Amino acid sequence: MTVSPDLDRRFREAAATLGLVDVGFDIVDSPIGELLVAASDRGLASISFDPDPDEALERLARIAGPRVLRSPRSVDHARRELDEYFGGRRRAFDLALDLRSLPPFTVSVLEQLARVPYGETTTYGQLASRVGHPRAARAVGTVMNRNRIPIVLPCHRVVGSTGDLTGYAGGLDRKRTLLELEGAR
Amino acid sequence: MAVPPFERFYEEHRGEVLRLLRRRLGADRAEDAFQETFLRALRAYGRLDHGDHLRAWVLTIAQNVAVDTLRRTRPTAELVEAGAEDARPAYTELADLTDGLGSKERSAVVLRYGYDLSYDQIASALGSTPDAARQAASTGVRRIRRRIST
Repeated sequence: MTVSPDLDRRFREAAATLGLVDVGFDIVDSPIGELLVAASDRGLASISFDPDPDEALERLARIAGPRVLRSPRSVDHARRELDEYFGGRRRAFDLALDLRSLPPFTVSVLEQLARVPYGETTTYGQLASRVGHPRAARAVGTVMNRNRIPIVLPCHRVVGSTGDLTGYAGGLDRKRTLLELEGAR
Repeated sequence: MAVPPFERFYEEHRGEVLRLLRRRLGADRAEDAFQETFLRALRAYGRLDHGDHLRAWVLTIAQNVAVDTLRRTRPTAELVEAGAEDARPAYTELADLTDGLGSKERSAVVLRYGYDLSYDQIASALGSTPDAARQAASTGVRRIRRRIST
């Protein structure tokens, strides 16, 4: 039996309003494709490029608990800021982030990453130097590759030492588009 | 089996839960009961030990929400009949043994000994405490023993 969209929506809203959800998520349209955006009561937890959410939901459940539910209102704040960013009306995000369970090195790299300004790029080596481990460029690359909150934590602004785009978990086309949007290249 | 993300659990069982509630309560009352069923499930979901037999678990929650709804709106005599007819999770091997039990005792015995759920899980399905669930299962087993020994 099919559950009507209205009944479905009411359940999801009630669940979020009562605070019974560990992580709420929704699909957000963007110029670089659909994004699966997820937030907990601590803040934005994940942005995923993968349109098939199974793996993303499993990962969210491991991070924050099994009560993972699609709930548009949980990501309203993030959706608004992402829309403004993609519309060229926002250069910095003002969102709390849920970075729980990440190792200290990863957190310190992501904190430095968050300081790379809109429209500018840095290199893996420069980022490694800023966290006090100048020889750890490769480890910084791994942190970028596993970044749970791309776009908001702008790993697209990190390029190779020769200026090559090098790599991006969401694919190089998306990295190029984001940098062009910001007027970086 | 690990507990799946709630979204997956909800998508898999929402149709069957709604069907059961409509059959028991009619279309109008089924909607509120549907919401209450999944909110009860959500409240308990973070405490589940494993993801086995989630269908039996959520259908038991739905049956109990239906019984609660009927209790609020129907005379007692009708309720007992409705509960005896329908308020039991299916587990064929235990059907004969549990047929004479009240609905809570039967649900507790079936979920504990048929589906091997913890008393925490059974409590959330019955809308009671783990102690009350243990008590219901134990009373049910005692009654079954008494019956088969006579």
